[in-house]
Amino acid sequence: MPYAYRDHSADVAVSASGSTLEETMCAMAEGVFALMVRPGQLLPRRSVEIAVEAGSEELLLVEWLAELVAQKDLVGILFCRFEAAVRVRAEGGLALRGAAWGEPLDPARHAIGIEVKGVSLAGLRCVRTDAGWEASCVVDV
Amino acid sequence: MGDELRLERVGPGEWLLPRSGGMRVPGLVFADEEMARGLEGEDAAGGWSALRQLHNMACLPGIVGHALALPDVHPGYGFPIGGVGAFDPADGVVVVGGVGFDINCGVRMLATPLGVESVSDLERLADALFARVPAGLGSTGSLRLSPTEINEVLADGAAAVVGRGLGLPEDLEFIEEGGCVPGADPQTVSDRAKQRQFRQVGTLGSGNHYLEVQRVDRIFDAAAASAYGLEERQIVVSIHTGSRALGHQIGQDYLKVMEAAGRRHGVVPAEREMACAPIASSEGRRYLAAVACGANCAFANRQVLAHLVREVLGELFELRPAAVRTVYDIGHNLVKRERHVVGAVERELLVHRKGSTRAFGPGRAEAPPAYRAVGHPTFVGGSMGTSSVVMRGTPVGMAKAFGSGIHGAGRALSRKKAAKRYWGEAVASSMREAGILLRAHSLRGVAEEAPGAYKDVDAVVDATEISGINRRVVRLRPLVVIKG
Repeated sequence: MPYAYRDHSADVAVSASGSTLEETMCAMAEGVFALMVRPGQLLPRRSVEIAVEAGSEELLLVEWLAELVAQKDLVGILFCRFEAAVRVRAEGGLALRGAAWGEPLDPARHAIGIEVKGVSLAGLRCVRTDAGWEASCVVDV
Repeated sequence: MGDELRLERVGPGEWLLPRSGGMRVPGLVFADEEMARGLEGEDAAGGWSALRQLHNMACLPGIVGHALALPDVHPGYGFPIGGVGAFDPADGVVVVGGVGFDINCGVRMLATPLGVESVSDLERLADALFARVPAGLGSTGSLRLSPTEINEVLADGAAAVVGRGLGLPEDLEFIEEGGCVPGADPQTVSDRAKQRQFRQVGTLGSGNHYLEVQRVDRIFDAAAASAYGLEERQIVVSIHTGSRALGHQIGQDYLKVMEAAGRRHGVVPAEREMACAPIASSEGRRYLAAVACGANCAFANRQVLAHLVREVLGELFELRPAAVRTVYDIGHNLVKRERHVVGAVERELLVHRKGSTRAFGPGRAEAPPAYRAVGHPTFVGGSMGTSSVVMRGTPVGMAKAFGSGIHGAGRALSRKKAAKRYWGEAVASSMREAGILLRAHSLRGVAEEAPGAYKDVDAVVDATEISGINRRVVRLRPLVVIKG
């Protein structure tokens, strides 16, 4: 799996890595939503477009994940597949345009985990490494 | 991580964190020796440290008195959970982590006229509550509010819900702040937050939220128990939840606003998640107005859930709504303006309580008249398989802890470790063998919330009593547990 969970005193620390920033962003999203429904059970039946901006990769990660968490309540979809493209804005900062696919919760088919309700700045990291990128943050459950 | 942090015992159950580095005030930890040494060890090991977060809190501008940690303290988002920080309104800061995402997460307790003997069919009661109370991921409430109606809830709190026939007017007297924190301005809450809340009004949530049917197991303080109307073997219901998606979106929205504002105002906390801004700044004032909205949303949410409990009890036991009485409703993630005596001078302070409740002692006007002589109750949740405790504040607590109290046992194991160690079905079976019926939407959630994942609530309560800041009133044992 491209993502992992680390110990945290009350909530959940999610970490991920990838060869590109976008791959890492998507892996973090997979890790967040895998907390909510067992991986492999959700089908990519509907999609939502995502567009966020921030001044740094770290804050862009928070905006991306927070937008996905908010969309699950707004449109009632739990996501299982993600795409993202990041560009540098002419006026400074970064912009991410992407999409997420998923379906509404079906208790008959989906093993329910725990609900992720917010994305904190705790343990926030999104850095370039020799192998690509690594990211982490703590999500509120 | 910086210099080693060492605690010095300064009294029974009291430990001083002396000023060092950038600390503007000392820290004061209420704990037994094992807890105190555990905090030091956690800090020395590196990683997340409640003691380090207490140190960092003490470095913030305008902090007054001591940076406080209660016996259930553990690491939070910059601000320790089980932490209390009071700030001068003129030159202090308001801290997002000092409230948390789940604004006004708290507990509503309802007292019934039923004794244990009256509830012969617990399975039927458990099933009825599980069917009636929306809980868990994806759950939705039946009450759908228009944007105008949501704004009324944010402005008026529980009263807005009572006005729609979901509760009794007398409930309001027994809710902290009358069920409405003043200063709420719905314009400070984003449309997104209101839209996220649209389907979640009157839902329990998941994680550590719960609804429990409990019996009063033992009385420690007869006078206070009598004032609260609690008797041994009485059936009560406790509802633990907060402001749901709306509160979380407020936290998410203002996290970046406050972080940027703090930098602009020259406040650079040691940990970035301790995002804060001057109380007197426009950002600080807007955040406080939004927190008040979140708090009012939580009071309203618990009011709706109380109504659903009354419906179930009415159907099963033919109880009139008025027969199911609100004992009290109190939050444990809040920041409020309060008046306290500091150095013999009464002054207004902005008091953050993160994973801590208000626990005002006897004689305070904030308590309902019926409770004024003993002080209002506070609720301390154990794990779902163990006891909970009703406590009350004391004059010592008013003097040393800004009238604050503990709220729970705190986790002993991370969710990851608990999910590895425990199996949901096995936890449920163990609880059934102990006479506790569990109904849950998520077996993984059950594993993460297993009794063994939490600290011993009795140890936390004992440590609180040693210091004298809170006192036990009654112990409660769970009979039915509803989880998301």
